[in-house]
Amino acid sequence: MDFGLIFNLTLGELIGVFTAAYALCALGLAMHFGYTGLLNFGQAAFAALGAYGYAFATLNWHWNMWGSFAFGILCSVVFAVIMGIPTLRLRADYLAIVTIAAAQALYYAFGTSQFAWATGGSNGLSQFGTDFYSYNPIPVGRYSLGIITLSEKELWIRIVAWALVAIVAVLLIVLTRSPWGRTLKGIREDEDAVRSLGKNVFVYKMQSLVLGGVIGSLGGMVFVLSSQTNQASTWVSNFTFMTWTVLLLGGAATILGPIVGSAVFFMFLMFTQTLLEGLVNIGALPFLSIAQVGQIRYLLVGLFLMLLVIFRPQGFFGNKKEMQFNG
Amino acid sequence: MANSVANDAIAKGAIEPGCAKVDPILIADNVTRQFGGNTAVNVAHLEIPRGKITALIGPNGAGKTTLFNLLTGFDKPNSGTWTFEGKQLAGIAPHRVARWGMVRTFQLTKALSLLTVIDNMRLGAQDNPGESFFKSFVRPLWAKKEQEITERADGLLKRFKLDAKREDYAAALSGGQRKLLEMARALMSDPKLVMLDEPMAGVNPALTQSLLDHIKGLKDTGTTVLFVEHDMHMVRHISDWVVVMAEGKIVAEGPPGDVMKNPAVIDAYLGAHANDDLGTVSIDTIKEAN
Repeated sequence: MDFGLIFNLTLGELIGVFTAAYALCALGLAMHFGYTGLLNFGQAAFAALGAYGYAFATLNWHWNMWGSFAFGILCSVVFAVIMGIPTLRLRADYLAIVTIAAAQALYYAFGTSQFAWATGGSNGLSQFGTDFYSYNPIPVGRYSLGIITLSEKELWIRIVAWALVAIVAVLLIVLTRSPWGRTLKGIREDEDAVRSLGKNVFVYKMQSLVLGGVIGSLGGMVFVLSSQTNQASTWVSNFTFMTWTVLLLGGAATILGPIVGSAVFFMFLMFTQTLLEGLVNIGALPFLSIAQVGQIRYLLVGLFLMLLVIFRPQGFFGNKKEMQFNG
Repeated sequence: MANSVANDAIAKGAIEPGCAKVDPILIADNVTRQFGGNTAVNVAHLEIPRGKITALIGPNGAGKTTLFNLLTGFDKPNSGTWTFEGKQLAGIAPHRVARWGMVRTFQLTKALSLLTVIDNMRLGAQDNPGESFFKSFVRPLWAKKEQEITERADGLLKRFKLDAKREDYAAALSGGQRKLLEMARALMSDPKLVMLDEPMAGVNPALTQSLLDHIKGLKDTGTTVLFVEHDMHMVRHISDWVVVMAEGKIVAEGPPGDVMKNPAVIDAYLGAHANDDLGTVSIDTIKEAN
């Protein structure tokens, strides 16, 4: 068993593209849930809209990167507004129901052959990143970052992805510390109280839903641009629940939390995967086959989450004082 | 009698349920609200005098809180119109009602638990440019206003003796302190009319006196107060005018001293308090038996 390889692969996830993509999606959820109390169980739909919006505009309209990027964002804004108008006036539960249903509906719509002209059906869309990679200033070659070696494309997408994470994080820090953010937190605690103080709660909730959704769409775009393939099967409800896992690992009402949560989550997945595979290969786990390893590691993630909820319910970065009042 | 002098200044004409006031701030007409077949509120006419403390009393289920909810836009009536300072208010969203200067508190205190006391207070202020999404990015656009708001909040916290709790989460306050915080927060916007829904409920006796003083203090600053309360002694102690509701209707109104003697009021209250008396009797009987 090659411990060096396990170590390298695990550490590679620290700056992985998927890590950044999930961090973005979870930052969007932090906006929704952590700061506004909106239960969004359809973050996969926002990510998918960003991904499909970008790919569609590039492939069908031959728009450049900026146009496609803007179209992806627009799709998710429209989606947020359509979902928000009927549900944000109601109790939080309704948004949860509607988001999970809308995300499932979109998932099936993206996968069906009916709309294959736009979405590629079950084959999905591919090769839409040419313009994005044409901006790559890094010359062709292999680049060693200490323990992992990346191609110029892999390096470029990582730089862009983590730059996006940094920009979004700074933006959210500024926003959540402003009076606007304070109003959102008030709405999270009790929206009728905030209403009685003269704030238009509906508008604030809509702004939060749109903002968090757009951030999720950025995550979706990053996710598909790394491989230049976008398939409907990516945007299952599992995507949403993994995003929630990442968020709760780090702490719901924090900015650093989702980022570190995502890194820990993917490092944990990679570590358990490679370690278990290694153990199976040397015959240390005779009751497991290689194919089962992929499933077992999710069991371990579940166990890990349970331990976290028991011993550190606020997540890595959550404020413990806040949890004391939630009993 | 001091009371009759005061009521001459409040009522215009004869004192009767729904009577006209010399200077009303709020006028409601034909406000009804049904829940299923149940008529919770059926107020033909009600005027609230400006600059006075008006108590709204009545037995449980009389429709006092429902009337509050209707007047502040938190609930929609089946019929009715009302004006606040001459402006039509029926059908207006609750946050706009608040912006027009009619701010309410809730029977079940709504302190924003995971916000600090000072942040609770700051949230009560209106017209903070930093509360707009786009302006919130640019600190210079709102830093000055935020500073003013914070100073005002600190002043109010001091008045309500909550300044020591400034940085604590509202969740860490006692029930009575939360009532105080909610009232102080409602005052952040300098409302013209404060509507307090059972401000004394759950407040320990040591705090009630200071709460009462605060309510009386509001009148001195020109704020009109309308409050719901069950405790008759308090009502008598601080209110200038009392409106009595029973089964959704206004059954009596007048200065506190006179209203308490009104047979309609005694009827309404005896009905509701019959159980309490029974309870006292049975406790005494038990004591005697021991």
